[in-house]
Amino acid sequence: MNRPPLASELNLCLCHSCGLACDITDNPHECPRCGAPLHARKTNSLTRTWAYLLTSLVFYIPANLLPVMNTSLFGSGSDSTIMSGVLEFWQHGAWDIALIIFIASIAVPGIKFVAISLLLITVQRGSLWARKERSKLYRFVELIGYWSMLDVIVVALVAALVKFQALGDIQPRLGILFFGLVVVFTMLSAMSFDPRLIWDNQREKPPNEEVMDEVASH
Amino acid sequence: MATTDQLIICEHCDCVYEKVTLAKHQKALCTCCGGVLQRHNSLSVQQRLALSITATVLWIFANFYPVMSISMKGLKNSATLWDSVVALSQGPITFIALVAAISIIIAPMFQLLLLIWVLGFALTSQRSPGFKVCMRWLETLRPWSMLEVCLLGAMVAVFKLAGLLDVIPGIGLFALAVLSLLLIRIAGRDVRELWDTL
Repeated sequence: MNRPPLASELNLCLCHSCGLACDITDNPHECPRCGAPLHARKTNSLTRTWAYLLTSLVFYIPANLLPVMNTSLFGSGSDSTIMSGVLEFWQHGAWDIALIIFIASIAVPGIKFVAISLLLITVQRGSLWARKERSKLYRFVELIGYWSMLDVIVVALVAALVKFQALGDIQPRLGILFFGLVVVFTMLSAMSFDPRLIWDNQREKPPNEEVMDEVASH
Repeated sequence: MATTDQLIICEHCDCVYEKVTLAKHQKALCTCCGGVLQRHNSLSVQQRLALSITATVLWIFANFYPVMSISMKGLKNSATLWDSVVALSQGPITFIALVAAISIIIAPMFQLLLLIWVLGFALTSQRSPGFKVCMRWLETLRPWSMLEVCLLGAMVAVFKLAGLLDVIPGIGLFALAVLSLLLIRIAGRDVRELWDTL
């Protein structure tokens, strides 16, 4: 039995803002050091995560179907969606840029939907399967989350630059709003999920790995 | 209460450990879930403050100089970060302009101001007025500050337009590049060590 003690066993609670191990014997509502609200687990974590996730899933549809920008050059205008932007780069041979946009705008939100749903469902079923890997998955989701904002920035910059009235004009379109909302809501969803729920069920099964203070040199 | 100062709780699985002293480039991992518990902090208060002031100067450059300029058939145009936020604010999509403004202009600015404020007082080993609020805001702002995404976005925009017209990267883009890297370094989680040292 090598498992380190749990915070709940020692009557401790982690403050999310300053990282202090707070003594919760007297049920304090605030961290004594920084004053942030204390709770053993994020409040209504599962419900909130589901709600944000489903919201972003709904927005994901118009985000991909509606045009994100309108390009008019020399009088002829055309709308482009996120996918058509990727394809355009691809056809012009810029496969690297196409890949960056594809990963940031389409793959990242997709991975987040799948990963967060997987985490939610396994937690709700009290699964013991691959808990360490699921913890890693959560950290990965947190890490990649905001890179989807890429397209919003690209559209904003391009629209700000190309303003030559009749000669050429680029304007943002409604799709980019939904796209931005997808990013914001998936981020909120990942933030509401409490990774400790993965480990809450049936702690008695001790982990048998013994990795202590791994030295990683960069 | 006094004894809990030396404890560290894994935020991913709630395991409790005692803090250890780490050497350079070391980090402590949780045995249970593999999450990072502690990282070695190689920045002193002076260094971090110096970098924060550098970053503030770069923030000014990144915001007041054009990120890039384009020219087409004798016509020229350039855009700053603010111009690109304004470009989003027209029509029914105003909300996204707000998100963009927060993530590429406002959040980094507040991070830098809070850092300079807190670290300036930390130089003389005292807590700044409003220390608690400042430190909590630094935590809140961190996930919404997306300058590195902005940098990649600006570079993609350069390539996107390069096929159509002439694109010249501006001073703002270079400032943005250095600023985004600096911000990762100085506004990370290790700022929390101030809680222990002050």
